[in-house]
Amino acid sequence: MILVFCELKDGQIRKPSAEALSEGRRLADASGKKLGALFAGASCAGSAEAAKYGADVILTAEGASLASYSSDAFAQLVADAVKAKGATVLLAAATAMGKDVAPRAAARMGAGYASDVTGLAMVDGKLQAVRPVYAGKAFATTTFTSAVQVATTRPNVFALAEKAGAGAAEALAAPAGSFKSIVKEILAKAGGKVDLTEANVIVSGGRGMKDGANFKILEDLADALGGVVGASRAAVDAGWGLPHSMQVGQTGKVVSPTLYIACGISGAIQHIAGMSGSKFIVAINKDPEAPIFKLASYGIVGDLFEVVPELTKAAQAMGIGKG
Amino acid sequence: MKILVALKQVPDTETKIKVAADGRSLDPADVKWITGPYDEYALEEAIRIKEAKGAEVVALSVGGDTAKEVLRNALALGADSAVLLKGDGQGDALAVAQMIATYAKDKGFDLILCGNKGIGGDNAAMGPMLAELLGVAQANVVVKLELGEGTFRAEREIEGGSEMVEGSLPAVITAQKGLNEPRYASLKGIMAAKKKTIEELEAAAAPAVAVVSALALPPERPAGRRLEGEPAAQAQALLQALKDEAKVF
Ligand SMILES: Cc1cc2nc3c(=O)[nH]c(=O)nc-3n(C[C@H](O)[C@H](O)[C@H](O)COP(=O)(O)OP(=O)(O)OC[C@H]3O[C@@H](n4cnc5c(N)ncnc54)[C@H](O)[C@@H]3O)c2cc1C
Repeated sequence: MILVFCELKDGQIRKPSAEALSEGRRLADASGKKLGALFAGASCAGSAEAAKYGADVILTAEGASLASYSSDAFAQLVADAVKAKGATVLLAAATAMGKDVAPRAAARMGAGYASDVTGLAMVDGKLQAVRPVYAGKAFATTTFTSAVQVATTRPNVFALAEKAGAGAAEALAAPAGSFKSIVKEILAKAGGKVDLTEANVIVSGGRGMKDGANFKILEDLADALGGVVGASRAAVDAGWGLPHSMQVGQTGKVVSPTLYIACGISGAIQHIAGMSGSKFIVAINKDPEAPIFKLASYGIVGDLFEVVPELTKAAQAMGIGKG
Repeated sequence: MKILVALKQVPDTETKIKVAADGRSLDPADVKWITGPYDEYALEEAIRIKEAKGAEVVALSVGGDTAKEVLRNALALGADSAVLLKGDGQGDALAVAQMIATYAKDKGFDLILCGNKGIGGDNAAMGPMLAELLGVAQANVVVKLELGEGTFRAEREIEGGSEMVEGSLPAVITAQKGLNEPRYASLKGIMAAKKKTIEELEAAAAPAVAVVSALALPPERPAGRRLEGEPAAQAQALLQALKDEAKVF
């Protein structure tokens, strides 16, 4: 069996989890295996949706002890489920939770682990993964020698695919509640916006923005395009009040949106490392020699303070981002 | 309190990656090696805890002789002692975690700090794996850490915000940018570090279970084009192209 650890939000499967399930289905078909979806929480309402993405079996562990995320409890639960089902492949989305639980579960099982993968295949019955290393400056093919193979899938890379599965429900016991660590509270939830790593459109600003307040024009453009705002390290470190969570690059987030618009960003190797996986790159820079243009699908040589508002206006006029 | 800081030697972020002749590893020619940027936050945090409440800080790295540079630097910054586990520190994260776990178990560490990821293999896995192997608590991608009596509170980054994790010590904490501002080594520290010895131990045998079988450069991006004209015309042309050619919208 290929088992996918899934996350729910507001009673729905999170998109990165649905992507992992879709890829799990493809791998299961390619290798003649069954696909299992695993959920854990105080309530797993909404887990039945996994059948839509091809789950043959839907495993749910429900209980008060699982109301808050605990690294050790969840890792144990996941590893136990892999064992109980005789699964040989464990997938999770490379989200904050997925990247926390999957390596711990892998260590518990003595299993090889590939994180943040962008490509998966079954070769001779075993998982093979392709993943960016050196922050996307190279791609490594990872093969496994362990009986169980574990990988987290990078959001926004694997296509969603609906394919009805049997979705047979099966309940797992929730662990008793004495954990080594537990999440006590969620802080500073930023207005429901998607995270950079999951965003489809990103508008990023660099030192050329000159001031944090000027990021308002990027917010406006992002809103018009249905995207979110990122930044270069120079902008984050400039003392403009931008949080590090906005930083894209080798020592920030590695993103893979469909569209990345770089405004006033020169294209330093460390920045490129974080965004070169974007499908389309737009560069807006007043310096025609800026290295970012070498990467750009579309380049605009000009003053961003003139171009960006025009883009916002045009996007609003064209009704982009509304559907 | 006894703190272990696990540090990894990684290629400088400026490094242009070249694939070696074997087709599966990094060509080491022209590579400058540095301490992992996230590991610097881990070490700084350990030193701050030592300064605030007293602690013994042991710096550790898995690697070859060159990794001694990382340890020498850690000693200069304030680590009390340094251990080099001689083994492949660039390979499989689980193997490295096993080497460190074998060393650390029974040594009475209350806290183990490391970066949330190296910037080479980019696995972001060693910390949580080590926590599991040692059977202790973990908090990853931490931007704020408070220690109590046998307990910790750690704020960690999650999608669109952060969450507060509470747990018991011992624990493995992996550092994120924002945890602190790392200091530079003082001349006095550098001189003192030169006199200290780095303990060298053979790392425990730990076979890799995930191996890189091929390393390749990313595919060339197709050539792009410039959009000419006044800003309004450029904006219009860009959106049209994104819609019609790229089909982004
Ligand atoms: C260890 C290490 C890690 C790093 N990690 C990262 C990382 O994760 N992410 C990252 O981004 N960087 C990182 N860096 C920093 C990186 O080397 C660059 O310094 C940084 O990316 C530069 O940011 P920038 O492009 O915004 O600024 P600059 O390089 O200063 O570029 C600003 C650009 O704005 C343009 N411009 C100015 N005004 C206008 C205008 N009115 N209209 C249009 N264009 C304008 C200029 O022509 C210029 O090209 C790292 C560096 C180190 C040493």
